[in-house]
Amino acid sequence: MPRKDLKPIGDLIQATGRGLDCLAGGFTIDPWKPVELSLITHAHADHARPVATRYIASKASVPLLRHRLGQDICIQGVDWGETLLLGDTRVSFHPAGHVLGSAQIRVEREGEVWVFTGDYKPDSDPSCEAFELVPCDTFITEATFALPVYRWPDGGTVVAEIIDWWQQMKRSNRPAVLFAYSLGKAQRVLAELRAYTDELVYLHGAVAPMTQLYRDAGIDMVPTELIDPKAPRQDYAGKLVLAPPGASGSKWMQRFPKASTGFCSGWMRVRGNRRRDGYDRGFVLSDHADWQGLLNTIEATGATRVLTTHGQSATLVRYLREERGIDAAELRTQYTDKSAVTPPTYEQASR
Amino acid sequence: MKAFARLYQSLDQTTSTNAKVAAMQEYFADAAPEDAAWAVYFLSGRRIKRLIGAALLRTWLVEESELPAWLVEDTYASVGDLAETIALLLAPTHDTGDVSSLSDLIEDKLLPLRGAEPAQQRAVVTTWWRTQAYERCYLINKLMTGALRVGVSQILLARALAENADLPRAVILHRLMGEWQPNAAFYNALIAEDDGAASQSRPYPFCLAAPLADAAGINTDCLASIETTLGPVSHWQAEWKWDGIRAQLVRRGGETFLWSRGEELIGERFPEIVAAAEKLDDGTVLDGELLAWKLPYTDEGVLPFAELQRRIGRKTVGKKLLNDVPCLFLAYDLLENNGEDLREYPLHARRTRLQALIGHSQSDDTRHGLQLSRQLEASDWSTLAEHRSDSRARQVEGLMLKRVDSAYGTGRKRGLWWKWKIEPHTVDAVMIYAQAGHGRRSNLFTDYTFAIWDDDVLVSFAKAYSGLDNSEIKKLDKWIRGNTIERFGPVRSVKPEQVFELAFEGINASSRHKSGIAVRFPRISRWRHDLSAKDADTLASVKRLIANSNG
Ligand SMILES: [Zn+2]
Ligand SMILES: [Zn+2]
Repeated sequence: MPRKDLKPIGDLIQATGRGLDCLAGGFTIDPWKPVELSLITHAHADHARPVATRYIASKASVPLLRHRLGQDICIQGVDWGETLLLGDTRVSFHPAGHVLGSAQIRVEREGEVWVFTGDYKPDSDPSCEAFELVPCDTFITEATFALPVYRWPDGGTVVAEIIDWWQQMKRSNRPAVLFAYSLGKAQRVLAELRAYTDELVYLHGAVAPMTQLYRDAGIDMVPTELIDPKAPRQDYAGKLVLAPPGASGSKWMQRFPKASTGFCSGWMRVRGNRRRDGYDRGFVLSDHADWQGLLNTIEATGATRVLTTHGQSATLVRYLREERGIDAAELRTQYTDKSAVTPPTYEQASR
Repeated sequence: MKAFARLYQSLDQTTSTNAKVAAMQEYFADAAPEDAAWAVYFLSGRRIKRLIGAALLRTWLVEESELPAWLVEDTYASVGDLAETIALLLAPTHDTGDVSSLSDLIEDKLLPLRGAEPAQQRAVVTTWWRTQAYERCYLINKLMTGALRVGVSQILLARALAENADLPRAVILHRLMGEWQPNAAFYNALIAEDDGAASQSRPYPFCLAAPLADAAGINTDCLASIETTLGPVSHWQAEWKWDGIRAQLVRRGGETFLWSRGEELIGERFPEIVAAAEKLDDGTVLDGELLAWKLPYTDEGVLPFAELQRRIGRKTVGKKLLNDVPCLFLAYDLLENNGEDLREYPLHARRTRLQALIGHSQSDDTRHGLQLSRQLEASDWSTLAEHRSDSRARQVEGLMLKRVDSAYGTGRKRGLWWKWKIEPHTVDAVMIYAQAGHGRRSNLFTDYTFAIWDDDVLVSFAKAYSGLDNSEIKKLDKWIRGNTIERFGPVRSVKPEQVFELAFEGINASSRHKSGIAVRFPRISRWRHDLSAKDADTLASVKRLIANSNG
């Protein structure tokens, strides 16, 4: 806890060597080095690391965090919008629309409001809470897809493409193996599919536990079955299989002879990314904001200052400064800093 | 245009050759001949010359996108392809403009752009950008810049067309040769009934050899084991296993056809061989190997495969290249003589006739493009093994063994032809540089430079591109990104920590290389996670290999 007589000066939230530190509140957001108290935006491995003594997160995030960081961690779940008094600050969690339980963290001190988005997506998604716009003075935004070529097609259209592809594979008697990150993207696909089918979808071992946690949280998804690696091989012709991208090209894939492969990711918007990894199909389904989504959100928050993390930070900063006249700067963090040509692999980081 | 865009998309979205053939068949079944002709034109790798310069397109893109120029450039750099960048930035979600047929689009709209006023060009092009949905916008850009590339081989295209038209594939391949105009008349002639004109060019299916190591119960290091499996050496005809291009030379009806094993007609690229074949009688088919070979001809004049590659790469061959890299056809079998199919005759009978046919040419004419593959004499297996140990010095891959009483088989028929290759050299080397690959691999580090120790200094000694599987490539790519020391343009120097076992076929002293040695066909045989840099081989030990292979 900060000492009352020692008033911290400078920015309310600062990127230090260990995370996004809030000295006035005595906590660190999404730390990557050991800290006492951490506030976690969401359960992806670049944001949730087992480095804190105590954790605070949205209630919906708690089971996911326990799964990833350990069942015995000391964690407090808070309701959406509930105000916590931490040090000199008032803190609340607001849905970020990224994955189940993902939060933006609002921090207020003496009328000055900061928001850190973590990762976010303003588009609709049946598998998680809808993004909430939180007005603020300083907005710390992710910039994973901050290039104007990243424009997301409507999610329903993309899922219809997945259904089409699955149907084609049924006709040609081949398995359809769809790669999607095991936390968030895979469950979004399973939830979106619900509008089209009730057919069983098969899951890789990395996807199954997350999916169960989503079911426990009441998310409506198509029925699924775990592929038991020890069970005798069976024929998956015409079946849809969901697996993490790390399984691509692995021995595990040998059980799906003649499979057609697809990858669900915002990176698939660019053909070279898809060709590079040899996926047959790329489905543009992202859990981040696209270029326009970032600009619209930034404008709508009314923020006069914008700080950026992730991906194309430098591009977004230059654009905001030169074209929008906004006071913008990059924050140096350790959140997955993947360039546009390197799709992030949360799975690998968490293993 | 819609149908062609759909075809392009289907071809782009699968790596299965059957699915590709099916997509082409579906397209050609419904396409109008004038559109199909253009589709064949592009699918067979032909291009229309760039209509508008890239610089102009980029200027228009900045104006149309209403984005700052630096952002458009950053975006282009990230996407890596101008046609795609334009389509991603500008194309609407749905078509709003008119959609003409492929032939109308090209003949009435695209081709007239050449030489038109820039203002008019701009109006036409930017209208497309604004009205055509992504796939078509991308395709039109590719067509305009003369850069459309489709991932199908000539063989696959021919297979689709041949199956649709119920014609032999060779007929289609033959008709696709040479110069033609992509119009309805061409396409109709392409799929017309076989009039026999093409059949005269047709080669026979190739007989292929299997590795001797695959023979049941054999240990190739043990001569007794070879003798037990193959019988006495007199049952076998032995020749060098050349490192060239397998080919058939067909002489019929006063014409010469040179076919590669990939069923491609490649005679245009080897005029000296075609000229030599003119002296053959009609109704002659030879099986053999295309090789680059020093002239005047001597028994030991073969040039490395890399030299031959310079010739294969060109459709037309200039005088200088012809002179620098002469090529010849080394015949080892006679499949047709005086119009008679000899394939059922035993090998020794075919060989006798082959020798009668061209055996004299090498003594007569040392510049001749047609030579006979020498038979290796051996009274026992150990003599043959001695020949084999000569392979490296002779720049061959080992020996070919063919049963003297065998008919000419089709495909890889077990037990008739064996290849008895020599083991490759191996060296443990340290990776010191990495570079991104080309094409599909342009975003991954796949080209590596390796070094070995010269005292306590690492000297670069070989580059290798292949040998790792996909997951290893990805792992290594990640490691390279995290362990870069310095960047020199596209090349990165990396920490000298990763050791790989490299295999290669030949090694020679070379003054052009820093290390003083040059290796042939280096490839990665495995990633030695168990070794650290200090365990890598030394220049001195590698130089000893040269002494051994030549001595
Ligand atoms: Zn995330
Ligand atoms: Zn993140």
